[in-house]
This record gives sequence, C-alpha cells and structure tokens, in this order.
Amino acid sequence: MFGEFFETLRQVGVPVTLREYLTLLEAVEKEAAEYRVDSFYHLARATLVKDERWFDRFDLVFAHVFADALESGDFLEQLPAEWLQRLAERVLSPEEMAKIEGVGDWQQLMDLLKKRLEEQKERHQGGSKWIGTAGTSPFGAYGYNPEGIRIGQDGSRHRRAVKVWDRREFRDFDDSVELGTRNIRVALRRLRRFVREGAKDILNLPATIRKTANNGGYLDIEMEAERHNAIKVLLLLDVGGSMDDHIHDVERLFSACRSEFKHLEHYYFHNCLYERVWKDSRRRHAETVRTEDVLRTYPRDYKLVFVGDASMSPYEIVTPGGAVEHQNEEPGRVWLERATAKFQNFVWINPTPRDHWEWTHSIGMIQDIVEDRMVPLTLAGIERAVDLLQ
Amino acid sequence: MSDSPNHRFEGTDRYVATDDLMIAVNAAITLERPLLVKGEPGTGKTVLAEEIAKSLDVPLIPWSIKSSTKAQHGLYEYDAVARLRDSQLGDERVHDIGNYIVRGKLWEAFTSDDGAVLLIDEIDKADIEFPNDLLLELDRMEFFVYETKETVRATRRPIVIITSNNEKELPDAFLRRCFFHFIRFPDEETLKRIVDVHFPRLQLRLVEEAMALFFELREVPGLKKRPSTSELLDWLKLLGAEKLDSLPKVGSLPKLHGALLKHEDDVELVARMRDRGRRGR
Repeated sequence: MFGEFFETLRQVGVPVTLREYLTLLEAVEKEAAEYRVDSFYHLARATLVKDERWFDRFDLVFAHVFADALESGDFLEQLPAEWLQRLAERVLSPEEMAKIEGVGDWQQLMDLLKKRLEEQKERHQGGSKWIGTAGTSPFGAYGYNPEGIRIGQDGSRHRRAVKVWDRREFRDFDDSVELGTRNIRVALRRLRRFVREGAKDILNLPATIRKTANNGGYLDIEMEAERHNAIKVLLLLDVGGSMDDHIHDVERLFSACRSEFKHLEHYYFHNCLYERVWKDSRRRHAETVRTEDVLRTYPRDYKLVFVGDASMSPYEIVTPGGAVEHQNEEPGRVWLERATAKFQNFVWINPTPRDHWEWTHSIGMIQDIVEDRMVPLTLAGIERAVDLLQ
Repeated sequence: MSDSPNHRFEGTDRYVATDDLMIAVNAAITLERPLLVKGEPGTGKTVLAEEIAKSLDVPLIPWSIKSSTKAQHGLYEYDAVARLRDSQLGDERVHDIGNYIVRGKLWEAFTSDDGAVLLIDEIDKADIEFPNDLLLELDRMEFFVYETKETVRATRRPIVIITSNNEKELPDAFLRRCFFHFIRFPDEETLKRIVDVHFPRLQLRLVEEAMALFFELREVPGLKKRPSTSELLDWLKLLGAEKLDSLPKVGSLPKLHGALLKHEDDVELVARMRDRGRRGR
C-alpha cells in the first residue's frame, strides 16, 4: 500500500524520490509520530512533499490511496495476516475465534469481521469510539480507529467527518506551472555577456607580475576595468484584459533577473503596440511616452523583448482606428514593424500555452510580423528566446 | 547515533504549535535531518527555532543568511591577513595556523556539548548554489579543515531548522534531505490561542474587535503586504499599552494602523475602501 501511494504520487507529478520514501519508512519504524492516521498524514507530508504547491495533489492522492481503501472492506484484505489476527482478537469473542481457526478459512474470518464491525457501529452510534484505539501495529490506527475506517458503510462520503486531506486547503498553492523561476534564471543567465569597459580601477595581478618580471624586478603595475555584464534589455509588456492573468508572473520573472542585465527598461502597451506607451500602469492615462521617442532613445544594441498574449481582434493590428481604447492614426502593424526594424535582436514571449496558438487568428498574424520569433513561456521557449536574442 | 537528543517538542507556553508542526519537528529530531520551514512572513518561522531550543533546553545558534553569505562562512574562515600582519610584527602566534582559523556557526553547533539548535535563517537570500554547498556537511555532520588537516565532527548532531521566504527555489538534492513544513496562516481558532498566550490580560471585547478587523484587512484585495500574525501581535501590544476596552471608531483607518499596514499604498487603499463602505451604508 505504501508502494502504491508512492507510485501514485509520482504519477500525478509530485516529485518524490526513493530516498524520501525510505526516509518515511525509517520515520515510521522509529516511531517518529503516533499511530494515528492524522499523524501519519502529517508525517508523510513533511517527508515526501517539499513545496506547498504540491500539497493539494498530495491530499488527493492520500485520500485516494488510503482513505478510500480504509472506507471499503478491501482494506482488510490488504492487511498483513498478523495484524488481521490482532484485529480479530479484539473484535471477536474467543469462541468465535476458535471456531474460525478450526475451519482455517480466511474468507470466513473476513466476512465475520466485517459483520461484527458493522454491528458494533450500530450499537454505539453517536459514541465517539466504537472499537479501542490502543493498537500497536503500524496499521493499527487505520484498522480500528473509527475516524479512519468505515467498514461496509452505505456508501456516502458526504457524511464522513471531513479529514484534513479532504479539506483541500492547499488548492490555491498548486500552480501547474512546469517552469520554476530557478530554471528560467538559469536559462536567462546564458544571455550574459561579460565585457571590460569603463575606468581601469582594478589591479590585474598576473599581468602586473609578468610585467614586473619583464621589467627586471621593478614594479610595473597593470590596471584594468571591472568585468560586468553588458546585456541591455528593452521590455515591452502587454497589460490589461486577457494579460492580467500572466503579467504578474512575467514581472516577477524579470525583476528576479534584473541583476543579470546591465540595463533593463520596461514599457507597457495594451494589446498591440501603438504610438504611445507608458511606464506606470496606474498612471497610464496621465503619463505616456511617445513610442517614437522610445525607439529613438535606446540604441540598437538593446535586445527587444515583447511579452504579450497577442490575442485581440485582427482589426487592432491592421486597421487604422482599430485600437480598442483610442483613435489610432496608424495601425499597430506599422508600429510593430518599426520596432523590429530598429532592434535586430528581438523576441516575442507569449504566455498563452503553445497548443492554443492556432485557435487565435491574431497570434498567427503577430507571428508573421515578428518573423516567427515567438516563443511560449516555458523553459524550452525561454532557451529558444535566448538563442534568438544572441 | 543512540545518544541523540530524544526529546519531543510539544510547543511552549509562548508558542502555539499545531499538530502538523509538532509532527514535522519531532520527525526531524528523531531522524536527525534538517527541517525546512516556509510560510508567509510573520507567521513565526524564526521564533520556532528559538522555542525549540528553549523547550529542549539546548543553546540556539542562529546563522542569518545574506546575499553575500557563502557556505564556507558557516564552517570556518582562514584569516590570512591577520597572520600576515603577525608575521611582520614577529608575533609567536604566527607559527600555529590554528590561531587564524575563525570558527563558523556550523562548527560551533557541531562542537556544542549539550547539542544545539542550529537556525539557518532565510536560506533563500543566498546564492542559488549555497544550499548545494552545504549538502555534505549537513548530511554527514562533519567537515574537513584543510589548513590544520583536522576533521570537525558533530559530537551530538544538532537540530537544524532552515527557514525560507520563497524568494528562490531551492535545489532538489537539498530538498530531498530535509523534512518540510509550511506554516499556514493560522485559522481563527488557532490565532485566538496565539493571542491568548501572548496577551492573557487584554480585554476580551478589544481582542474580538481587533481580530475581526484584522481578518477583514487580510481579505482586502490587492494589498502589497497582508498583515500577518506578528503584525497582529504588535498591534495588540500597542492597543494594550493604551489601556483601551474596545476599538475607538474614529476616522476611516483603525487606531494605530501603522503596526498593521506597512505600505503607504496599502494604507491609502484601506482608507479609500473603508470610506466607501461607510458612505454606502
């Protein structure tokens, strides 16, 4: 049963490894937690899950593998014979035991056990305990803890007391983003290009020694400029509407990577690039910058990164006056072409999942405009973006 | 190791530990593995280590991580500059390199006779590779000092508590070796217990009103920093110092809101929202 639990966790994508599984077994063996099903749940979670985003999946699997099995009589069959024996000793009278042992029929024992547990439940309805909980075997708690087991109950889970793992309190933490910021950072690091430029204020020790030696032992100091990353990025982000779901992730990603770049400038646009962009989305109607000025301000060696879902009405791209918010004299297409003509190294990162691209006409149109330099927001996508930007 | 601290942690009179937290802590103590604690800021991650140390009666050795911290700093540092200076001055100490080995926090924890609680605070502040560099040391609880050719080995394995604020993802190899606990924001009942533990003498009415308002503030959408347990405790302390029986209803912001709302934008947002709420009534 532990094995199945472990397998299922892996199947649903919770990254558990054999090492953690062994740790759990070790913890159970060393009695790190009491033999109660709740304690086992917490122990297993602390051992196997290392990120709160997997908690919800863990809860589901736990409910699936353990709780369901605990509810149905199937669980009895999975109990090792020894524990079953003990359970039987507790529930059945000595005469009944003797009778069954005489027959030596496990099936009969099981049937009788189910029946008896059922009777006990009825007899003690309303009581909190209907069978002792002082078990000693690891499965003891599941076996006869009324909070853990319902044998032959008439089928409804709704009446069962809501267990920790059924409350699913961690649902919000599950972000099925396959891509961690760590991975993205590693990918973006490849963009770095170190150069030495600026004031020579660092002592170059090897060169100094060499020159001093060449100089017959008289000190000849060699200085050089500090090495730093010379990558400059101009970020144009789509905000509002359908992008609201993604924009937070994207901003966080780039602010985490800020240290990787020498300059990182960002501007916002809405749906498509037009004649004005802005820096602060709350003051977008008060403080805008002319796109023309942006294109003129930053030199050609900037890498241009668009981030947007490219999902809009086709009119917003090709028709003058097609913008949703204002009367634009020139279509968005013209502005996109101006930007891509100025900056040779550009890429469009699209947070919409790759499979959905075909379903939106405007994505195809933008792809044409940006010469197929559109990548999804996945690790593979970011790696391709890095290649395209170099 | 059989002489490992075999105590159990049950919370203290100043710290309310939930069942799942106790299980995680005790599993980490029993199996002698590090415990990684994550959670919203202000939910008592750092305090946990202090309380474990207090309840087990062992010293706490805190190691606060900064962005510039290297794994080696936790082991030892060789102060070559001091040795160079001593050699210029003809100091006798210069002949023993051991005089210039400065012990780090891990060394301190390993050699503490009574065992210790080692708190590695905010591990996510350090470089991405930092946790990986500590793997072997935390696993085997020993390291080698190259300068003096000695091996420092833990006499009693310290209890290692590691906190993280989720600013960076930690490497998998590191995670595999830890137990993990996520301190959730406490539910109302637990929070009440926490407040009772800290302020047993506060007026019941004040506490109830304050907590109702606190939960209301936490629900405000778009806050930059949602107030959390430590902010509530600070706020109640201030309110208690003013000797109030209940919350005064003046202005659009709660009294002494500075303890709860740390961001100027948040203060503005809440003020606007509460104004609107009053006018709507």
